[in-house]
Amino acid sequence: MPLQTISAASSSAVSPPETKARPVAVGLRLRVWADRLAPAAAFIALVVVWEGACRIFAIPSFLLPSPSAIVRAGFEISAAQWLTNISATLRVALMGYVVAIVVSIPLAVALVNSRFLSRTLYPILVIVQSTPIVAVAPIIVVTLGASDLPRVVITFLITFFPIVVSTVTGLMATPEELIELSRSLRAGRTREMLHIRIPFAVPYIFSALKISITLAIIGAVVAEFVAAEHGLGFFIMFSTSFFKIPQAFAGLVVLVALSLILFRLCTLTQRWLVPWSLPKSQR
Amino acid sequence: MSDPAHVIRFADVEQTFGRDDGSAVTALEGVTFDIGRNEFLAVLGPSGCGKSTLLRLIAGLIFPTRGAVSIYDLTVTEPRDEIGIVFQRPTLLPWFDVLGNVTFPLRHKYGRVSAEDKERAQELLELVGLADFSAKRIDELSGGMQQRVAIARALLLDPDILLMDEPFSALDALTRDEMSLELLRIWSERPKTVLFITHSIPEAVLLADRIIVMTPRPGRVREIIEVDLPRPRSIATLSEPRFHALANHIRGQLFSRVAA
Repeated sequence: MPLQTISAASSSAVSPPETKARPVAVGLRLRVWADRLAPAAAFIALVVVWEGACRIFAIPSFLLPSPSAIVRAGFEISAAQWLTNISATLRVALMGYVVAIVVSIPLAVALVNSRFLSRTLYPILVIVQSTPIVAVAPIIVVTLGASDLPRVVITFLITFFPIVVSTVTGLMATPEELIELSRSLRAGRTREMLHIRIPFAVPYIFSALKISITLAIIGAVVAEFVAAEHGLGFFIMFSTSFFKIPQAFAGLVVLVALSLILFRLCTLTQRWLVPWSLPKSQR
Repeated sequence: MSDPAHVIRFADVEQTFGRDDGSAVTALEGVTFDIGRNEFLAVLGPSGCGKSTLLRLIAGLIFPTRGAVSIYDLTVTEPRDEIGIVFQRPTLLPWFDVLGNVTFPLRHKYGRVSAEDKERAQELLELVGLADFSAKRIDELSGGMQQRVAIARALLLDPDILLMDEPFSALDALTRDEMSLELLRIWSERPKTVLFITHSIPEAVLLADRIIVMTPRPGRVREIIEVDLPRPRSIATLSEPRFHALANHIRGQLFSRVAA
């Protein structure tokens, strides 16, 4: 059976129009692959240069560990230890993120609906956003005690603002004609919000969700710097305080990977749930 | 049921808008005219003459500062069901397919769409020449096709009155002529009272029974012109001497700076 398929494929490949189109197709395919591999090639080149520089100039590992030293240090840590730290950071980041979403989107709807709220609450939100959360984090930890709570609050504070601003922008960006259409149908404010304004805000909301997921990781790490017994932020602090720089770098690599994976998950969720909100090329 | 000769009546309508700085702008002043049953009335004027204000007054989206707008001799106090609106931009919803966009007014107003409604929407898509496009996504359609969908959407609740706010002005010239003739065909199959706002003189002459020529701000009725071209009109109408005479007359009206 497989033999038949192969012969069928090869016979079709030999047919005249196919052979004529072939050189072009191969050239095109090569270019497509080159385009696809370019980011990975650039990354590998960077790692090679880094490794080479570390070896040639004999840079001490507490200044800049080589990639191979980082990998070795990473494998010296047990899988269980990695898992504990990853899950601690992930838990705080995701809890803060989810709370931020649950608070921000209804808040944005309220701000758009009420001139009073937008006049009173919005300036306060801007003040909160303008406060360096890193500076406030120690105070929050003292106030809220030693549990996940202060860490989730810190993550929330770093994460929520972009979601509020983007959602408000999206809700306001609805074409005026559609609002007039809604009013001419006397559909009511609730339906106007649910059927027109909120769907129109979806692309804006997803942009914010992508920014905020990376901010959530930052928030969790900042919180762990201040007070924690587990987590990747704690792990990096702990490693540097014992001058285990390659180990700290390994923690950093894991953090970056985590952040990238979560970002990717956001994009995939958008493509799965609301493909129309993406530009045609990204569907 | 009474059947008055006029469906829409403007009686000495004045419309002023307050600006943010406290000053007021007069958009319309002393506007008086009627639109008859199943009449095709075009409103022509320079930009900023309050043409769109006329449309929003009929739609019940805004209310006159002075005077009155009435439909079937009832003063307009809120939006009414017997009105369909087509805007300058198609403003379709990208998260619905074509059929979902046509049925949207029902979904939006009543929260649900029945199988019968979908059938009716499909008939309307046939009427506007998009029978095979009901499952297409919006971004798969050309500008002209999107505006056809918007027309089908406006016809969904079977309105007596169709308000069109420069519906073809965003289209290229060829598509525009094609859409004008399509609109005439649709109008002859489903007679409606149409208020058609435009800034294109040939478009107004080709389409309308009567044309209201407006003055620049504040918008007043400069002249109401009877278009005595025979129907049905076609692409050949565009080359008739009478067509050019009317178009030239209107051009003279619009470009004479002295108030009439």
